[in-house]
Amino acid sequence: MRKDLPPLSSARIDVAASRRRLVLDGLGIIATAVGFGLVYGLAARAAGFSPIEASAMSIFVFAGAAQFAAVGYVLGGFSWLGVVLLTAFLNARHLLYGAALAPYVADRPRPVRALMAHVLTDESFALSIAHFRRVGRADLRGYWWAAIVTVFIPWNLATIVGVEVGGRIPDPSRFGLDVIFPAAMAGLAVGLIAGRRELVAAMVGAVVGVGVGLAWDPAAGIMAGGLIGPVVGMLTPPGPGDRPHELAPGSVAAGDASEDVAGSGPVAPL
Amino acid sequence: MKTDLVWLALLMGAVTYPWRAVPLLAPGMHRLPARVQEYIRLVGPAVLATLAAVNVVVALDAQRHPSFHLGIEWLAVGACVAIVGLRRGLLVGLVVAAAIAAGARAAGLA
Repeated sequence: MRKDLPPLSSARIDVAASRRRLVLDGLGIIATAVGFGLVYGLAARAAGFSPIEASAMSIFVFAGAAQFAAVGYVLGGFSWLGVVLLTAFLNARHLLYGAALAPYVADRPRPVRALMAHVLTDESFALSIAHFRRVGRADLRGYWWAAIVTVFIPWNLATIVGVEVGGRIPDPSRFGLDVIFPAAMAGLAVGLIAGRRELVAAMVGAVVGVGVGLAWDPAAGIMAGGLIGPVVGMLTPPGPGDRPHELAPGSVAAGDASEDVAGSGPVAPL
Repeated sequence: MKTDLVWLALLMGAVTYPWRAVPLLAPGMHRLPARVQEYIRLVGPAVLATLAAVNVVVALDAQRHPSFHLGIEWLAVGACVAIVGLRRGLLVGLVVAAAIAAGARAAGLA
C-alpha cells in the first residue's frame, strides 16, 4: 500500500467521485453476474426447472451459492426441508453484512431498510460498504446502484437467458470470469484496510475461513472467518492507521447535494 | 408450465431474508457500545478477505466435499490485490485477473 496517499477508509471524497468509482468497480461484478447467471439458468434448465421456477429462485432467494446448491440438490432428489435448511446455513453470513451496514442506514425509513435487505448480497455489500466508507455516511443511490443495477438486474436477466437459450452458452471460466468474484472481494477488502487492526482482521479471517472451509464446509468457513477475524483484529494493538471512531455524524462530504445521502441522525463510527 | 418449485423458492427466500433484514431493522443497531461498533467496523475487511480466500483455496466436488485447490486463480487474484494496493483501481485489477486466468487456460497451463 502506498504511503503517500491516505487510506481509503479515512479519505473522505465527495459523493459524486465515489459514485463514479462505484460504477467502475461494479463493471467487473456485472460481468460476473451475467456469466454465472447464464450458467445458473443453464444448470436449472438441466435440472428440470421451468423458466418461471428458475426466475423465482433468482428473484426471491437472490443468492448465487444457495441457488446453485439448490439446483444440485433438487436434481439429486433431496427433500425440500433439506434444501431449505441448507439455504439458511449458506446464507447466514448475510447477518454480518446487515450488521456492518446498519449503523449507516439507521435513520432511513423502515420500509426502505426492509427493501435494502432483500437485495443485500456479497457483491452489493462489498461495493456499498466501500462506498459508504469513502463518503463517510450512507448514500442510498449508491446502494441501489450496487445492489440492483450491478447485481439484481444482470443476475435475473442472465437467468432468463440461460434457462431459455440452454446449451449454447460458453463456459464463463474460458474467459476468466470465475476469478472475477474472488478478485473483486479481495480487491475491495484491500480498499477497506486502513490500519493494522483491519489488516489483521482480514488476514486472520482468511486463514480461519480456509481452515474451517477445508475441515467442514466453505459456508461455515466464511462465517467463522467473518466472526473470528474481527475478534483478533480488536485484540491487536492499534497502529498508526487505526482510527476506530473516524466518522463524525453530520459531516457531509463536499459536493454532496443529494437528498438520498443520509445527512441527519446518528451515524455510528464505523 | 411447471411452477412447483416456485414454492421452494419462496421458502428459500423466507429463510434467507431474516439473515439480511434483522440487523438492518432491529432497533438500536446504531447505538451499540463502542467495542461492538469497533468489532462491526472490522467485519467488512474480514468477511471480504475470507470470501476471496475460501473461493480460491477451497474446491467442492459434486457431493460438496471440500478439498484444497492450488491453481492459476491464486496468481490472478494476487495480481488484482497488487494492482488495487498500488491504487490503480479495481476494474483494472479485475481485467488483469480475468486475462491471466483466461490466458493460462487457453495456453493449457491451467
